[in-house]
Amino acid sequence: MDAQVTPPPEVTAPVYVYELPVRLWHWITALAITMLAITGFLIGNPAWPLITGEPYNHYIMGDIRFIHFTAGYVLAIGMLVRIYWAFAGNTYAREIFIPHVWKREWRSSFFRTIRWYLLIEPETAKEVGHNPLAQLAMFTMFLLGVLFQIVTGFALYGEGTGPGSWANIVFSSWVIPAFSSSQDVHTWHHLGMWYLVIFVMIHVYMAIREDIMSRQTIISTMINGWRFFKDNRP
Amino acid sequence: MTLNTQTFYELMRAQGTSRRSFLKFCSLTAAALGLEPAYANSIAYAMETKPRLPVLWMHGLECTCCSESFIRSGNPLSSDVILKMISLDYDDTLMAAAGEQAEAILDEIPKKYPGEYILAVEGNPPLNEDGMYCIVGGQPFVEKLKAVAANAKAVIAWGACASWGCVQAARPNPTNAVPIDKVITDKPIIKVPGCPPIAEVMTGVISYILTFNKLPELDSRGRPVMFYGQRIHDKCYRRPHFDAGEFVQSWDDEGARAGYCLYKMGCKGPTTYNACSTIRWNGGVSFPIQAGHGCIGCSEDNFWDNGPFYKRLSYVGAGLGVEATADEIGLIGAAAAGAGVAVHAGLSAVKQYNRKKPEPPVAPKGDQS
Ligand code: HEM
Ligand code: HEM
Ligand code: SF4
Ligand code: SF4
Repeated sequence: MDAQVTPPPEVTAPVYVYELPVRLWHWITALAITMLAITGFLIGNPAWPLITGEPYNHYIMGDIRFIHFTAGYVLAIGMLVRIYWAFAGNTYAREIFIPHVWKREWRSSFFRTIRWYLLIEPETAKEVGHNPLAQLAMFTMFLLGVLFQIVTGFALYGEGTGPGSWANIVFSSWVIPAFSSSQDVHTWHHLGMWYLVIFVMIHVYMAIREDIMSRQTIISTMINGWRFFKDNRP
Repeated sequence: MTLNTQTFYELMRAQGTSRRSFLKFCSLTAAALGLEPAYANSIAYAMETKPRLPVLWMHGLECTCCSESFIRSGNPLSSDVILKMISLDYDDTLMAAAGEQAEAILDEIPKKYPGEYILAVEGNPPLNEDGMYCIVGGQPFVEKLKAVAANAKAVIAWGACASWGCVQAARPNPTNAVPIDKVITDKPIIKVPGCPPIAEVMTGVISYILTFNKLPELDSRGRPVMFYGQRIHDKCYRRPHFDAGEFVQSWDDEGARAGYCLYKMGCKGPTTYNACSTIRWNGGVSFPIQAGHGCIGCSEDNFWDNGPFYKRLSYVGAGLGVEATADEIGLIGAAAAGAGVAVHAGLSAVKQYNRKKPEPPVAPKGDQS
């Protein structure tokens, strides 16, 4: 899709890619997911040694769960705003929602990217938005992963808030039966964390690598929104 | 066994119970159902005026633990329920009649009281070999079950067997035992899961139906909300230790002796819907967690296949023969991703270094900033 949008002459001029809401959302989401993964891991494995004394002197598990649920709300509300922005924002705001797999240019660019990551291709193409492989990863690993975590997370949350609460009605009532038991929802929610951890590891590595090796700026783009190109060739 | 159309109250008076004791019984039943005291009047009214409810109690593949539990109900007393509130017209375990005489009742009641009797099912039907793995009175249980269910007003699924399948439906389920809602699809089914269910929950469900002449409110999985609306964990008396983070670390540590939370010992209270932590067992004497052992999730779907009793989470991929915990799988995935990143980063560094070397010929000027 980028190929037709950006005819060669202007290619080297910087492009405003990520608008402010997308950038803000990115960093808020990154923070929320980091908090969710840390607190979620501790909820699943409260690794600390025996604590003694009257229970009213401590609220450790309570605090960890509180942070988890707060970050969960931040993640979910952020995602709603981001979905709205896919409609309201520029064309790059839609890339992670619908990778254009059915387009021939998209696919040839996709294979070029694969060759680039396999260290065969000498250079990247000039990418204004995400490269096709990144789009696909954003969709399958990030978007599906996060939606899965939100749905299962709020289903678990609704179990605690009880019958009649909004989360119970909207999520728990059908998610728990769909997995056959609450225990399985816990198990899959726990696995979902690892899915996102793997995404983040690869994502951060790729962001740094492409910042160094590709023909455009990467990390600063997610900070100031502008994509600069490092050379004048098409 | 002929059907008795006397009301509960008439029966009680005939047996010499005073009106005062009768009303006391009604308030206790209201309390057991978690209703306001005012409901004692509705219960009294129902018992005074309504004929006893005909109940047929059938047994499929099961271990009779539900019956064992039921006959120990303290409030209402199961004897009161069986002999006075309902008219238990068929129960092959409890009834005096036997043989053809007994089986005849299963034909008779549905004809005599179509749409009025309750069918209570303990256990479940196996479907393989046309149901031959469970024969009752010379006929596959599954066929009898369907026939008796056809005219029932409602069906009660006692226990984990009738509700979810339980041990006989656990992998590999050689007889293809299925929960009763797989074969009875056109009747309201009240699931009362547990292995066994709590006695007072069982009698409570029956008292409710009799009193209000309607089924109790059910959740999305068909369980009465009043008993299965919350998890063990929500009302567990050890919950303050959970919130504080005070966990038993091994069965013999100080925390175990002090009665701390059993979460790390694999307690399934956080994922189990049942009333054990409120109603408790044996007339409110105790329940597993009070005795120092975690909940094993006996009232949950699939509880035999959901991994060990001492692990909170299920094994993943158990059906494929690889049993691993979520963390084992996650760590393997993350380690693979980390190793991949490290190798790729190393190769990329080499490529970048080689690219940088023959710089002079091309050297385009960057136009950034
Ligand atoms: C990136 C997103 C998320 C990650 C990585 C994550 C991770 C985790 C993990 C690892 C657990 C422990 C599971 C277990 O072993 O039982 C957990 C539990 C839980 N999470 Fe999340 N979670 C995420 C999003 C959410 C969201 C959006 C909510 C909704 C509010 C949520 C609510 C919960 C609840 C209610 C529990 C159970 C807590 C308990 O049993 O005490 N999570 N989470
Ligand atoms: C939990 C952590 C993170 C998550 C879940 C995450 C998620 C995402 C997502 C979903 C996008 C696509 C944005 C869009 O098109 O709407 C994105 C882009 C981006 N992220 Fe992250 N991110 C995380 C951490 C980071 C970190 C630590 C960095 C910095 C090294 C980073 C750098 C970037 C950059 C540079 C882009 C733009 C890539 C491009 O221009 O193609 N991210 N991230
Ligand atoms: S003992 Fe079990 S049910 Fe009770 S608070 Fe701990 S985890 Fe929850
Ligand atoms: S505490 Fe758990 S395992 Fe024990 S009887 Fe209750 S639901 Fe079943």
